[in-house]
Amino acid sequence: MDSVRSDRRGTGPRIPLALKILIAGGFGVGKTTLVGSVSEIRPLQTEEVLTDAGIGTDDLTGVEAKNTTTVAMDFGRITINSDLQVYLFGTPGQDRFWFLWDELSFGALGAVVLADTRRLADCFPSVDYFEQRGTPFVVGVNCFEGAQRFSPDSVRNALDLDPEVPVVLCDARDRQSGKAVLVSLVEYVASRRGHPVPAY
Amino acid sequence: MRGDTSDPHHWLDGDAGPVVRPYTVTAGRARPAAGGFDVVAFVVAGAPPATADPRLQPEHHAILGNSQQPISVAELAAQVDLALGVVRVLLGDLLAEGLIAMYEPQPAANFPDDKILKAVVNGLRAL
Repeated sequence: MDSVRSDRRGTGPRIPLALKILIAGGFGVGKTTLVGSVSEIRPLQTEEVLTDAGIGTDDLTGVEAKNTTTVAMDFGRITINSDLQVYLFGTPGQDRFWFLWDELSFGALGAVVLADTRRLADCFPSVDYFEQRGTPFVVGVNCFEGAQRFSPDSVRNALDLDPEVPVVLCDARDRQSGKAVLVSLVEYVASRRGHPVPAY
Repeated sequence: MRGDTSDPHHWLDGDAGPVVRPYTVTAGRARPAAGGFDVVAFVVAGAPPATADPRLQPEHHAILGNSQQPISVAELAAQVDLALGVVRVLLGDLLAEGLIAMYEPQPAANFPDDKILKAVVNGLRAL
């Protein structure tokens, strides 16, 4: 069969350019909520079935028959125009499924690391991961109701972030707020290339 | 026996989980015969086969039915309610049979130029 992969010429269907943005952070920090608040589609779940991922890490005593684990990934979509779509992927929360992140991170535009100031340490692994991979990321401090608010600078210090990494306060439930976090990420990606996006 | 037993499968529901192991539909194959299938690669079904291919399972047909218009692999997996790895194997079958076209992400998706980034920022602001 003739290969048609990556062939965008001719009269074939118009294939949009799809940009990937990852939403990372600790368990329960609001990743799914953020994906849902900005996605134009109901957040969808896709599952990856792992057959041997737990070897060496799972204590299988008593459940020896269990050799598959299902990991759910949330994702959402934002259509910018007919040629451009943004896909949001909530990364699996558990540390040991990071090899799934490697695939998700491949070709990703950047990442949002959601932080909860009540459990700031939960986002350390995500920050480490993206720093090591050189993936541009911003930190979104999800301001839970009743959570004591810290200034972005104090979060930056606590996370020992590079000075240029944006830290933004947000409410993952709020669409406008979620959009603002994504905008700050894309602007940051642009600025890293030395071509800041004009404000308007 | 108690209660209404007219439906022998009344205990089967979403909470009970799948009753068929996920990779059964791939006959145990965990890797696709062809293709890489990034989560944001796009799938488009080609012309339907002239005769029903006996090797195609209902899940193959479900994929073909959901990809009449270009659709991302991630979205397709969610639509047909199968694990991503399973969908990749089935896509590999369909690709090998020439029943679908695959469009892997353009390199531009990794390093979009300023024009694209600007369009994304403006598009997000306009939402």
